[in-house]
Amino acid sequence: MNIVVCIKQVPNTNEVRLDPVTGTLIREGVPSIINPDDKAGLEAALRLKDEQGAHVTVLSMGPPQADAALREALAMGADEAILVTDRAFGGADTLATSTTIAAALKTLPYDLILTGRQAIDGDTAQVGPQIAEHLGIPNVSYAEDLKVEGNEVTVKRQYEDRYHIIKVKMPCLITALSELNQPRYMTPGGIFDAYREKEVKILTRADLEVDDTAIGLKGSPTRVWKTFTKSLKAAGQQVTLDPQESADYMMEKLREKFII
Amino acid sequence: MNIQDYQGIYVFIQQVDHKIASVSFELLGKAKELAKSMETEVTAVLLGYGVEDLCPELARYGADKILLVDNKALEVYTTEPYAHCMYHIIEKYKPAVVLYGATAIGRDLAPRVSARVKTGLTADCTKLEVAEDGTKNLMMTRPAFGGNIMATILCPDHRPQMATVRPGVMQKIKPIEGAKVPVEKYDLEIGAEHVNVQVVDVIKKVSNKMDIQDAKILVSGGRGMGGPENFKLLEDLAEALGGTVSSSRAAVDAGWVEKDIQVGQTGKTVRPNLYIACGISGAIQHLAGMEDSDVIIAINKDENAPIFEVADYGIVGDALKILPLFTEEVKKAMAARNA
Repeated sequence: MNIVVCIKQVPNTNEVRLDPVTGTLIREGVPSIINPDDKAGLEAALRLKDEQGAHVTVLSMGPPQADAALREALAMGADEAILVTDRAFGGADTLATSTTIAAALKTLPYDLILTGRQAIDGDTAQVGPQIAEHLGIPNVSYAEDLKVEGNEVTVKRQYEDRYHIIKVKMPCLITALSELNQPRYMTPGGIFDAYREKEVKILTRADLEVDDTAIGLKGSPTRVWKTFTKSLKAAGQQVTLDPQESADYMMEKLREKFII
Repeated sequence: MNIQDYQGIYVFIQQVDHKIASVSFELLGKAKELAKSMETEVTAVLLGYGVEDLCPELARYGADKILLVDNKALEVYTTEPYAHCMYHIIEKYKPAVVLYGATAIGRDLAPRVSARVKTGLTADCTKLEVAEDGTKNLMMTRPAFGGNIMATILCPDHRPQMATVRPGVMQKIKPIEGAKVPVEKYDLEIGAEHVNVQVVDVIKKVSNKMDIQDAKILVSGGRGMGGPENFKLLEDLAEALGGTVSSSRAAVDAGWVEKDIQVGQTGKTVRPNLYIACGISGAIQHLAGMEDSDVIIAINKDENAPIFEVADYGIVGDALKILPLFTEEVKKAMAARNA
């Protein structure tokens, strides 16, 4: 079984802070990580490899620094890593990104493609289903559990108020939730191999069969018109009182607002 | 593509078990407002099986027209048959705008459709406006970087302009009683080649709790509650106030409470009449999900906690000590009122 896991290197948004003076994002010093949902997809692939044998390839589209995320995936146990990188891919929205990744996937053998549900920097959840559409294969999103038997994948697909147990034949694409599992750590031997023994293969614009009009900024129907920091509403009163006075204070405010 | 050929606002109506999702009514309300600025009409797109009787409800919530595809293959949501229908509807009717709820269905369906139509899709919008520069383009605003910044996105040269919209953000209209609108049935073949996954079981999550998005009063707890056992204090207060308990992400990640009561960027957006934040520091991701609440009270030990920046009334103190006393006061007041 050939499994390809698509991963994205993202800034750890939990550590992104705003500059209180300029109101812009402080990106310096913010660590880059493998996107959590993607890492769950990788762990699911590695477990399938442990249990029934599989060749696991990790693929990432991004700038040259994304090499670090791919090396981490190799150190966790992936067999092969591919970085899809080229200036021509820059400025891509989700449609152009998914078109590029799908073109890269077409150069590989795959039975099962795993992606994360969404990346924590963009939160769109679009690229997974879009890749499946470009490849003309079924997708199942929001996987909280998955099993492979023969040629068939059984997925526990999460909705707000229910689950669907879905059976789908390979080739197919599944988007993973971070609830799917607890990703393993890199092993010392794995880290050694990832940096000394294994290679990250590079795919550039020239390696992909895709129209220039479908990639990068040109292939992106959406345009960011402006970005701004949210203006929070003005802060109200702040008091420091003992517990009983605090309770009384809240009662007074609820009465003023006619809530009680 | 001739952009002028694309007219009208279409709203994908999410229907599960013969019940229309609240976000679909919210979208009809917003679409009605946008349609006024665009000088166009709102079409509700209803997909399902045996769902024609839901049409009057859509009329009451603001649809000008209803487009119905009623087919056995649409009885339970699966990606491909629904995407197939939306694709053919877009090809045939050429809408200028298509809106979906940013739900576990909408966020699966809309990307698949956008890739087939080859148009733009903006995810999880919290604001929709019509450009006043003569283009009448849809301006779609959404949070990015975990809610740290907002981005306004356009889809200027492709149609339709598509967006998923966060539930709980837009406002429904007051239902127009007796509203009647035309219903067009679109007989679409859904061949076996479009049915490539099989739903073998449906497991409903058992919950007798109210959806936090419907609650008028939310008592919310975070890491500062110290542990799951202390959520009892929140439940007591919520019960006394006639409210519901919600939480921050920290409490969900710690395994204290279920994900379905999480408020924030990766949880739900809420706007109750009263939001009481207890032991929640107020990460920007959390604030993004609750700052539009009418009245916000925050209790936190750290006087510099960001939650105080959005709170109407901030109390620096220990929620564990204050809550039992406050609950007693609320109970007394309620008893006095009912006496």
